[in-house]
Amino acid sequence: MADRERSSTRPKGRVFVARTQVMDRDEVRRALVRIAHEIVERNRGLEGVVVIGIQKGGVPLAEQLVAILREIEGTAVPFGTMDVAFYRDDIGMRPVLPEQATDLPFDLTGRTVVLFDDVLFTGRTVRAALDALAELGRASAVQLAVMVDRGHRELPIRPDFVGRNLPTRRDELVEVNEEGVTIGELLVPASEAAR
Amino acid sequence: MTASRTPTSSGVLSEHSWSDGDPEATGATGAGAGEEQFAGHSATTVRHLLSIADLGREGILEIMRLSDAFAEVAERPIPKVPALRGRTVATVFMEPSTRTRLSFETAAKRLSADVMTFTAATSAAVKGESLRDTVETIDAMGIDAMVIRHQASGAPLRVTDWVGASVINAGDGTHEHPTQALLDCYTIREALTTRRNGAVPPDLRGLRIAIVGDIKHSRVARSNVLAFTALGAEVVLVAPPTLMPVSLESWPVTTTGDLDSTLGDLDVVYLLRIQSERLGEVLLPSLDEYHWRYGLTRARAAALKKEALVMHPGPMIRGVEISPEVADLPASLVTRQVRNGVVVRMAVLFHLLGSGAI
Repeated sequence: MADRERSSTRPKGRVFVARTQVMDRDEVRRALVRIAHEIVERNRGLEGVVVIGIQKGGVPLAEQLVAILREIEGTAVPFGTMDVAFYRDDIGMRPVLPEQATDLPFDLTGRTVVLFDDVLFTGRTVRAALDALAELGRASAVQLAVMVDRGHRELPIRPDFVGRNLPTRRDELVEVNEEGVTIGELLVPASEAAR
Repeated sequence: MTASRTPTSSGVLSEHSWSDGDPEATGATGAGAGEEQFAGHSATTVRHLLSIADLGREGILEIMRLSDAFAEVAERPIPKVPALRGRTVATVFMEPSTRTRLSFETAAKRLSADVMTFTAATSAAVKGESLRDTVETIDAMGIDAMVIRHQASGAPLRVTDWVGASVINAGDGTHEHPTQALLDCYTIREALTTRRNGAVPPDLRGLRIAIVGDIKHSRVARSNVLAFTALGAEVVLVAPPTLMPVSLESWPVTTTGDLDSTLGDLDVVYLLRIQSERLGEVLLPSLDEYHWRYGLTRARAAALKKEALVMHPGPMIRGVEISPEVADLPASLVTRQVRNGVVVRMAVLFHLLGSGAI
C-alpha cells in the first residue's frame, strides 16, 4: 500500500523501474515463517487471532502467512482483506481509488487483528486502516505486520512484526511481489519523454 | 523532480535516476510490474457528469468497479465512510422528484459530505429568480458539487459556465439522466454476476435489451441507449410510432412497434414510465390501450426467456407499464435498482470529488 501511496502521486506517465533486488522469493518466505512464529508466540497461540491483508500489496502476503500459520499450528485463522481508500487523508489531493471492496467475513469484536501490509512507509495507510477497523467493530487488539519497514514515518506508528528493515531514500520506491522485494524508482518511459 | 529524462530509441526507459542519485537505473526489468501496479488507476478525469458520453465505456466501467467498493460499505452495520468529509453537495431540483433527490442525498451523507437541499417549490425560484442567480447564489455559499434537475434540456450544461462546483445532471428535460443509466448498468451487471456465481462480466456484451415505452420524452432512454451500447449490449426500442423520437439515424439501435414479436429474444426488458405530464392526449388513445399493447402483462412475462430481467426506473405505474402481479415477480429488479441507486451515486460523487479528478 505504501507503494501505491508513492505510485499514485507519481507524475503522469511514469513507471516503476527496478534497480536492486533486496529479498528473493525464499527470503520473503523465511521472513513470513519467522513472523508467523512471532505471532503465535506473542499471542500464546492463535485463539481469537484474525489476519487482514491491506489492499493490494498486503493481501497475497497475508494469504501466505495464513497458510504458514496453518502449517505450524494446525489452525485455520480467519482471513479478510481491507481497502482503506475511503479513509485516506489525501482524498482530493491526488487520485485515490479503491482496488477492491473490503471483505471481512467475520466479526471483529473481541478478536486480535493482525494487519498485514507489504511496505510500511509514512504510516498514513496504517492510520487509515485503523480508522476503518474502528468502524467495522471493536477488536480487542490490533497488531501490525509488514514485510518491509522502509522508514520515513510521518505518524507515530510502529510495526509489531517486520520482515526486513530497509533504509531507503524518500524518493525511492519499494516493490514487493511474489518474486521478492525490489528497490527502484519512477521514471518517464522513453515513449512518453519523446512527446 | 525536474531532472530531464533522456529517451532511448528502444522504447526502454532512460538511465537517469529519479533525482541526483544512483545512475544504475536500468529500464529492462521492472517496467512490466510497474504497469501492472498502476493498472487500477486509469485516470478518467471528468469534472462534471452531464451525459453518459462524458464517461464513455472506460468511465462507465470505472464507476462500476468503484460501485462494488461502495456496495460493500452499504452492507456494513454503519454504512458510512469519511471519504468526502468537509465537502458540500447541493441538490438543486427545479422539477418535482423525491427518489432521485433522496438517493443523491443519502449517497452524499454516506460519504460524510454535507448536504444542502434546494427545491423549486419552497424557494426563491417561485418569486421569479432566474436559474443563473439561483445557482450562483448557492455556489457562492461554498459547495463542491451541485446535483441539478431541470425541466429544460441542457440546463446543467449552462450551469457549468456559472458555477465553480462539479455539476451532476440528475435529469434535464428530455435530454439525459446519466446516473439512472449507470445504476441500471450496475444492476444488470450485478444480476449477471449472481447468475455466474460471483464472476463479474467484463461488460454487457451479448445481451439484448428492449427499452419499452415513451422513448420520445425519456431522458432515461437516451442515457441508457448510450450506456448499454457503450458496454456492448444490443438495444431495441419498442414504442408506438407517436412515442418514438422523430430522428433516430445516429442511434445505434433497432426499433419496433411490436413488443410481442421481440419478447422471446430479450435478456432485459426495460420499461419506461408513461409520463402523463409530458404527453398531450393526442399521442396515446388511452392508458388502457397502452397497457394492452405495450404493458408487461402476465402473458407477456410468460413469453420471456426464463432468466430475462425486468427493470423500471420508477415511479412505476402498475396497470399501465406493468401488471401489478408482474412487478412483484423475482425477475423484477426494481428494488435492486433503488438500492443500487445510492451505491452508484456514491461512486459518482466520489469519482468527481474524491478520486483526484479535481
